[in-house]
Formats: sequence, C-alpha cells, structure tokens
Amino acid sequence: MQITARQFEGWVIFDILGEIDLANSPTMRKVLLTEIKEKHAQKVFLNLTKVRYIDSSGIASLVEGLKASRDNGSRLILYGLNPSVREVMELSRLQKIFEIYDSEEQALAS
Amino acid sequence: MHASSPRKKHGKRNCPHHAELLLRLSLESNPEALCLVRAALQRATEILHFNEPQSRAIVRSVDEALANVIRHAYEGRTGRPIEITCRRLLAKPRARNTQGLEIVLSDSGIPVDPKKLHGRRLEEIRPGGLGLHFMKQSMDVVEFRRDNGKNLLRMVKYLAPSRPGPKPEGE
Repeated sequence: MQITARQFEGWVIFDILGEIDLANSPTMRKVLLTEIKEKHAQKVFLNLTKVRYIDSSGIASLVEGLKASRDNGSRLILYGLNPSVREVMELSRLQKIFEIYDSEEQALAS
Repeated sequence: MHASSPRKKHGKRNCPHHAELLLRLSLESNPEALCLVRAALQRATEILHFNEPQSRAIVRSVDEALANVIRHAYEGRTGRPIEITCRRLLAKPRARNTQGLEIVLSDSGIPVDPKKLHGRRLEEIRPGGLGLHFMKQSMDVVEFRRDNGKNLLRMVKYLAPSRPGPKPEGE
C-alpha cells in the first residue's frame, strides 16, 4: 500500500494505492489520525479509486478516523470505492455512516 | 511459505462429497504473508469457476481468519506455524449438494473457545469485531474445533448450481 498526500484549497487529499490489510492498516490509521487530531484538518478526503482490497483492520482504521473527525467537528470523506471495497462497507453496514462519493469531483463539491 | 498440491482423496462414508486436495500452504504468522495467501486463494477460486463476488467472499474470509489467528491465537507474535489446506469438494452421484471448496486453517496458538466467538453487533459503530462477521456472512460453513493441541477452522463455500442458459434461437 502507498499513501500520497496532496493539497486542494487548504484541504488534504490522500491517494491510496494497493491493498489495505493487517500488514499496513496501522500506517493508514496513523496518517489519518495525525491529520485529524494533530493538524486539525477540517476536511480529509480519501481517494480509494486504486484500492483493490480492504480488510476489517482497514475498516477499523477508517472508523477510528471517522470518530476522530466527529470529535474534532471536521469531515472524513471517501470516494472512488471499487466493488470489493464497497462490498466490505455494505457487509459492515457502514456505507450510510461514512460520507461516500463516486468521484473526486463530487467529493470536492460536497 | 511452502506450497504443495498432490492429489489425494478422503471422505467419510456418509459425506455427500468426495474431496480432492487442491492446495496446501505452510506459512508463519506474519501479516506480510497475507497478500501471498490472498493471491493463491484468488487463483484457486478461479480454477474452480467461482464467480467474482464468490471469489472475493472466499478470499476475504480466509484473510480475516488468518488475521484472527495472528492477532488472537498467536497474540501478534510472528514466526508461528499456520497451515492452510484447500480441498475441492466433488458431489457424489445423486447427492443434493453441489461442488465446492473446503478450506481448513490450523494453528498451534491459544485455544479458541467457540462459545466466545461472536462478532460485534453491527449497530455499534466502533473499530474491530468484524472479521468473524465477514466469514459467517460469506461462507456456507464456518466451524471451529480444537484437536491434538491445534485450533482448526473449517470453512466451506459451495458452488451455486449453474443455471441453464437461454435456448438458442430456432429451438
């Protein structure tokens, strides 16, 4: 898994590439929580277009990020979920808990 | 990680299936190995003609089961043995069940108490507790037992019977 960050109008977008599993979800968790808790980002976007797989530890990291953002009064926004990631969200019944958009354009306009 | 795939038959007298060894993997409790297992399982499900959603369900279940072994049975310790055995289930003539894939995970970690194995309620929005839920949602059989000092997790996914396709025009 690779994570790269880019800025857009003062917001941060994390582009994630590859598979999120037990081996690397702690990295994603740390990146997310640092951005939300320490840098107090008001909007954090996760571009999941190139994520082929996510396991329950990856979902747990996203849930932690979501909770932290709610505590901070900020927003964690996901977009570009492929069928595999979408299935896991649905199995977890989390698809209505997260802000999820199909495209970056829609996410940035939200 | 070691892999082998000799052909072997087994089965109980009343079992509606013949089983044929498809793949056996020996690995150590290392999260870095999970991606290799997923790739091998993915290929095995393709060979058995599972469709894409079924294939993803099987791969996800085995991945979650392995993660649980590493995190809970081995308490995060690396270098401990795990064996994965995959068998192709072949329905006997006149059996109602279809063909399928049986996967057995074996580890020598802390004994698992099947009574304590339950996923969290999905209404609770909190991290963790989803792996077992994914397995039970995705597989047709999920069974735990302790045998000879080992935890054994058996999972089965049956192939959905193929539906007859549309008749060619003119029939």
